[in-house]
Amino acid sequence: MPLLEVRNLKTYFPVYGGVFRHHIDDVKAVDDVSFSVEAGTTVGLVGESGSGKTTIGRTILRLVPATSGEIFFDGREILSMSERTFRPLRREIQIVFQDPFGSLNPRMTISNIVGEALEIHFPQMSGEDRRERVAELLRQVGLQPEMMSRYPHEFSGGQRQRIGIARALAVKPKFIVCDEPVSALDVSVQAQIVNLLQDLQEELGLTYLFIAHDLAVVEHISDHVLVMYRGKIVESASAEAIYENPQHDYTKKLLAAVPQFA
Amino acid sequence: MNDKSPRARAIERFSADKIGVASACFLVVLAAIAILFAICSIAHIPFPTDPNKTNLQIKLVPPNFTHWLGTDNLGRDVFTRMLHGSYISLTVGFVAVFVSLAIGVVVGAISGYLGGWLDNLVMRIVDALMCFPTLPLVLTIVAYLGPSIWNVVIVIGITGWMGTARLVRAEFLTLREMEYVRAAKALGQHHRHIIFGHILPNAAAPIVVTAVLGVPDAILTEAGLSFLGFGVQPPQATWGNIITDGKAYILDAWWLILFPGLAILVTALAFYLAGEALRKATQTRTERK
Repeated sequence: MPLLEVRNLKTYFPVYGGVFRHHIDDVKAVDDVSFSVEAGTTVGLVGESGSGKTTIGRTILRLVPATSGEIFFDGREILSMSERTFRPLRREIQIVFQDPFGSLNPRMTISNIVGEALEIHFPQMSGEDRRERVAELLRQVGLQPEMMSRYPHEFSGGQRQRIGIARALAVKPKFIVCDEPVSALDVSVQAQIVNLLQDLQEELGLTYLFIAHDLAVVEHISDHVLVMYRGKIVESASAEAIYENPQHDYTKKLLAAVPQFA
Repeated sequence: MNDKSPRARAIERFSADKIGVASACFLVVLAAIAILFAICSIAHIPFPTDPNKTNLQIKLVPPNFTHWLGTDNLGRDVFTRMLHGSYISLTVGFVAVFVSLAIGVVVGAISGYLGGWLDNLVMRIVDALMCFPTLPLVLTIVAYLGPSIWNVVIVIGITGWMGTARLVRAEFLTLREMEYVRAAKALGQHHRHIIFGHILPNAAAPIVVTAVLGVPDAILTEAGLSFLGFGVQPPQATWGNIITDGKAYILDAWWLILFPGLAILVTALAFYLAGEALRKATQTRTERK
């Protein structure tokens, strides 16, 4: 049984217009999408800006309401759950964001940012235990525990992304949506973060949905790749197959757009 | 690298602003005087000089060494009356702003955070309320409730929250889309914590700035109301009603109008300048991104 299974998912955003601001149309951000992710693997999701890949990630986390369809996590349908029933499951599904600057609250210290996750899901934890756990998490993502009393503005983009990963890991999730985690970073830093994610996957047995617009990065980290275009999945194949034998015209275009440095 | 919180760095930037620091110092001294007189008044400690002691033999004396700012038509010392007036004016300013801030923050936060039809409804109500001319509205309410210092404070407060509500709503609309807010939602954080722990602290700087800029407006409104006779009632001295008392003698006794007028002007100006310096010091747009 796959860890995550998405069936006929549709996420539409209503468009209001006219004199009385009535519902005139929908933006079909995600339009009838189905796929599944096996435990311990990485599924890459590629597509251009506006293709709906970020919306899929957010719908899985229920940050955006789905219009129709089903999402099974560990065999349980999550879209029909009440927020109260879903809350414990939030521990198991986490997200790493694209923007390393916007994803950390500028007024909180690193220990508060990472510790917040612990406060929510492990309220019985003592302050001392929490500090220890935060220190352990920072070490795990390659930061020094002494940095925990600092504020986000004191870190570089790559370091902030590591903090974002530590926050997601704090609740010991099974599944992480990586929403373009490296697209805002320098190329040299991108490789470090991708490697860190791979190391963590091996160490903790994580499952990823890795969203990106850069095929090269996705091919490197993914077992299976989904290509998205205008809200639909136009191609689904193993990472090697996509690279060597792309079927859909759009995939071919995407591949041709990857910069070559010979 | 420095381990400074955003607040510590804002304080550092504020200290570098000479005009801001000077204004703030002036306001602190004024507040100290006002608090001193307020304590005397509440604890019934006799004042060093009585602001309401009349002496018709020395009425309308121009400024001299005994009466620094002269005396009024009943021989009361203008300087003493202004010191007493300072605590009324400042209390009205601060309490009225506190009332409007409390209403404005709650309304704006709910409207901006929840959005949708509720937001639309609330904002249309705010628009409608903003269309009322404030002074006639305040006069009508005070006329109905009766003139007293607390009525004035409440009326200024409940007619002045709409600007704050709009500002807070705008901040919430922006901040609720920030990824750290999404991250908190993804962790299952309660709305209460998201509003008070994540969004409000990041919206605090502009809210505090509007509050500081709102104080002189309230002081001016109180002065205006007292001048019109709808504010604080005589013999209680306020900057506004010293001017009212003086207006009959404007051609003979310029000091009755000039000094309280200057006091209002300088205090309002100090609040504006301090508020402006605070706004500059707390502009953290670049830190948010």
